[in-house]
Amino acid sequence: MRTNLRDVTVYELRLAAPLAAFFAVFFVAPLLLLFVLSLQAAPDGGGYGVAQYVAFLGDAFSLGVLGSTLWLGVKVTALCLLLGYPVAWLHVRSPGWAKGVIMLVVLLPLLTSVVVRTFAWIVILGRQGIVNAALMDLGLIDTPLRMLYTEGGLVVALAQVQMPLMVLPLITALTRIDPNLADASAVLGAGHWRTFRKVTLPLSLPGIVAGCLLTYAAAITAFITQSLVGGGQMLFMPMYIYQQASTLQNWPFAAAISIIFLAAVLLVVWLFNLLGRLSRGYAQA
Amino acid sequence: MARRRDLDQISFSVTMAGLALASLVLLAAPTVVVLVVSFTSGFSLRFPPPGYSLRWYAELLDAWQLHFAAMNSVSVALWSTGLSVVLGVAAALGIARSPKLSARVLDSLFLSPLVLPALAFGLSALMFFSLLGFPVSRTTLIIGHTVVCVPFVVRNTVAALAQLNPTLLEASASLGASRLYTFRRVTLPLIRPGIVAGGFIAFMASFDNVPVSLFLRDAATDMLPIRMWQDLEGKLDVTIAALSGVLIVLTVALMLVVERVAGLSKRLT
Repeated sequence: MRTNLRDVTVYELRLAAPLAAFFAVFFVAPLLLLFVLSLQAAPDGGGYGVAQYVAFLGDAFSLGVLGSTLWLGVKVTALCLLLGYPVAWLHVRSPGWAKGVIMLVVLLPLLTSVVVRTFAWIVILGRQGIVNAALMDLGLIDTPLRMLYTEGGLVVALAQVQMPLMVLPLITALTRIDPNLADASAVLGAGHWRTFRKVTLPLSLPGIVAGCLLTYAAAITAFITQSLVGGGQMLFMPMYIYQQASTLQNWPFAAAISIIFLAAVLLVVWLFNLLGRLSRGYAQA
Repeated sequence: MARRRDLDQISFSVTMAGLALASLVLLAAPTVVVLVVSFTSGFSLRFPPPGYSLRWYAELLDAWQLHFAAMNSVSVALWSTGLSVVLGVAAALGIARSPKLSARVLDSLFLSPLVLPALAFGLSALMFFSLLGFPVSRTTLIIGHTVVCVPFVVRNTVAALAQLNPTLLEASASLGASRLYTFRRVTLPLIRPGIVAGGFIAFMASFDNVPVSLFLRDAATDMLPIRMWQDLEGKLDVTIAALSGVLIVLTVALMLVVERVAGLSKRLT
């Protein structure tokens, strides 16, 4: 009878122990090791210190790679928000069958292989691609434009690849808004633009913050798309880490770059979480 | 006044709907373009193609390197998904309804691989295994994939458990059912869609993973996305377009099945 006295709706925390142990050994321990290795002065040992970090932070090239990676994320996230918000807005206002179609179009890129998605952009942006063919047919250009291996092309491709991560939280946030609020705003004489700016947009802030966090984190770590659409000319943090670790076998430096990149990502996550808490307070006030 | 209102409404709706349709085209275009190009009769990725044929799909049948890589990817994805579901569902049960602070900390830990750069984790795992003297193998690959795939199972199972009405569990217990019996007959059937959706996303994430595989595979274990990536870096091969076509069709088919069985789209919003 003892079991009946326990709260039957709560399972024991013990059940999480196997995964906790698995993470301790295969996730936390390797990351700690990465940190220790980043303090090594040279690949073959030679004492510990912050030499690798000093090398990174004192090198204009390395700082440039970090800066352009973080800036790339900002551009992709902004484009995703601009294009993704209307999709979520349309989804919430559509009849049932149209909701299904929009959802399929949004989910498809999320689940197709990232190499396939990136490959598609190579076909679209290439010299014989669809954009160049259309522009030449219209007589707007004589010779094919170079769009592949440019930053503009990369931003558009990344925005398409990551947009589902923006649209899904936005749909959640917009669905939660009481439609009566917009009606009330209209009855009180506000136009559609004003209602959107003063009611809908502020109330959807939690969704915007959540979407931006996911898109940003995905865009700056998107190794495959960055290397295939960006080409060899543009270097971003993930490829920089891979080159140092794999081609040059400089593990301590690769570890230090990884730690710096991890710290940058964690800082961004922390910032967005802070914004998220503020925006939830704002949306509920 | 009335005219200004009309203008206001029209300009707003047209702007929003126009942008939304443009984005939907942008979202769908790459998939459509790849499907069309994969049926080309020519040797290049020109769009629109000069003619249509199934020659590149026929070529695919003989591409044994791709077959080999695909088999590896499917097998690693199946193992990682199985491991993720067993570990992830148990962990989700443990932390979902627990009021303890340690449960919240574990929840954040289990979800953290979702935002951390997978490449940094792949590198750290390689250092870890080589320090311990384990050569990279299929086993290290499956372990690495499980770390990055288990968050999807945990997240979806926790969400399903949060929607489970606790009164049902109390009712079952008060009718004399044991905890195990209640789990099998009440809890599990109700959270099964969440587990299926999480497992599906975990499988796709493993099948598609490059950053972890790059570091943790051995020379004999060629993975499909890496093979495709390396083929694309070298030359633009139309066989890859046909392979992409096959992958897109399989993904859509699986997605529709999971949508029917587990309501995938409801779980992602």
